[in-house]
Amino acid sequence: MNWLAGIGAVTIGKLSSFGRATLMLFGAIIAKPQFIKNVPLTIKQIYAVGVQSLLIIVVSGLFIGMVMALQGYTILVGYGAEGSLGPMVALSLLRELGPVVTALLFAGRAGSALTAEIGLMKATEQLSSLEMMAVDPLRRIIAPRFWAGMISMPMLALIFSAVGILGGHVVGVDWLGVDSGSYWSIMQSTVDWDKDVVNGIIKSAVFAFVIVWIATYKGYDSIPTSEGISKATTETVVYSSLAVLGLDFVLTALMFGIE
Amino acid sequence: MNSRKAEILVGGFVVLAFAAGLMLALKVVNQNMAGQAETYTLNAKFDNIGGLKVRSAVKVGGVTVGRVDSITLSPKDFTPVVSMSISKEYDKFPETSSVSILTSGLLGEQYVGFQPGFEIEGIENLSDGDFIEDTKSALVLEDLIGQFLFSKGQ
Repeated sequence: MNWLAGIGAVTIGKLSSFGRATLMLFGAIIAKPQFIKNVPLTIKQIYAVGVQSLLIIVVSGLFIGMVMALQGYTILVGYGAEGSLGPMVALSLLRELGPVVTALLFAGRAGSALTAEIGLMKATEQLSSLEMMAVDPLRRIIAPRFWAGMISMPMLALIFSAVGILGGHVVGVDWLGVDSGSYWSIMQSTVDWDKDVVNGIIKSAVFAFVIVWIATYKGYDSIPTSEGISKATTETVVYSSLAVLGLDFVLTALMFGIE
Repeated sequence: MNSRKAEILVGGFVVLAFAAGLMLALKVVNQNMAGQAETYTLNAKFDNIGGLKVRSAVKVGGVTVGRVDSITLSPKDFTPVVSMSISKEYDKFPETSSVSILTSGLLGEQYVGFQPGFEIEGIENLSDGDFIEDTKSALVLEDLIGQFLFSKGQ
C-alpha cells in the first residue's frame, strides 16, 4: 500500500507543479498583458539574455561551421563531390545545428541566469515586497523575461547559422580550396527559404518558449534557500536541454519527415 | 547599466540579426524561380521519369530556364505527366521542341533537358498549357543492364 501511495504522491506532485507552471505562464503573459508598459523592461532583458549571449553564440557558430567544413571535406573529397560542401554546411546549420546548439547554449548561458536571478529575488523576498506594493511580480518580473527570450532566441539562431556558413566558407574555400562559386551556387540551388530557413526559425521559437518557461518557473517555484536555488538552476539546464533535444526530434519528423 | 546604453546595444543586436537574415535570404537561399518571377506552364508526357523530382531544373543547353512544377500520373493511359513552369523571359520556343530527362554527371540529380526545335514557317510557338509531343524518357540503369545481358546471351 505504501508503495502505491508513493507512486500516487509523485504523480500528484508532478502534475501540480505542471499546473503551477501553466498558471504562472498564464498570469504572466495572457491575463491582462501590458505590452506598452513593459517595453523598457523587455529591452533591458533582451540586453541581458540576448546581447550578452552574443559572444558565445558567434564564437561557437564560427567554430562549428569550420569543423563541419573540415569534416565534410575529408569525406566528400573521396567522391569528388567537394562542391556539395556548401549545401551540407548550410542545410545542417539552418535545419538542425543552428536552432539546437543555440538553444542548448542559451539554456546554459541565459536560462540558468534567469532561474538564479528570480530564485534569489524570491529568497530575499523581493517578490513578496513587490506584491506588498500592489505590483504583480508575474507581470513585472516574469513577463519581460519571457518575451525577451522569445525575441532573442530566433535572432541568435539566425546569427549562429549565418556565422557558421561564413566559417564553413573560411575553411572550405579559403583554406581547403573548394571553388567559391560552387560553394555558394550549389548552396543556393539546394536551400529553400520556406522549407529550411523558416522551419529553422519556427524551431528556435519553440525551443525559446520551452527554455524560458522552464527557467522562469524553476526560479519562481524554487525553495528560497541557497541549496534550493542551486538545485533549481541545475534542473533548469538539465530539463531544458532534454526538452530541446526531445522536441527537436518531434519537430524534425513533422517538418522534414514526410516529403 | 544605464538604459540608454542597453537600448543602443539591443538595437545593434537587432540590426545584426537582420543582417544575418538578409545574408541568408540573399546569399544562401535559392531566389531565382522562387515563384515571384512570371512563368508559364508546359506539359510533357514521358514513359518513365526515373528519379525526376518536383523542383528539378529545366535546362536549355545547360542554362536553367524553369523548374518542374508537379509530376502526376495520367489517369487515362497511366503515363507520367510532368508540368514545368518556364520563365516568361523565354516564351518563343517552337512547337517542334523536344524534352528529355538527363542526369548531371554520373551519379548527379536528374533534370529536364529542353531541346528547342527549328523555327519553320507555319510552326507556332509553344504557349501556356501546351503539351510537348517529342519526349525521351529517363535512362534506367537496370533496363540497360538487362538489355546488355540479353544481347550477350544471344
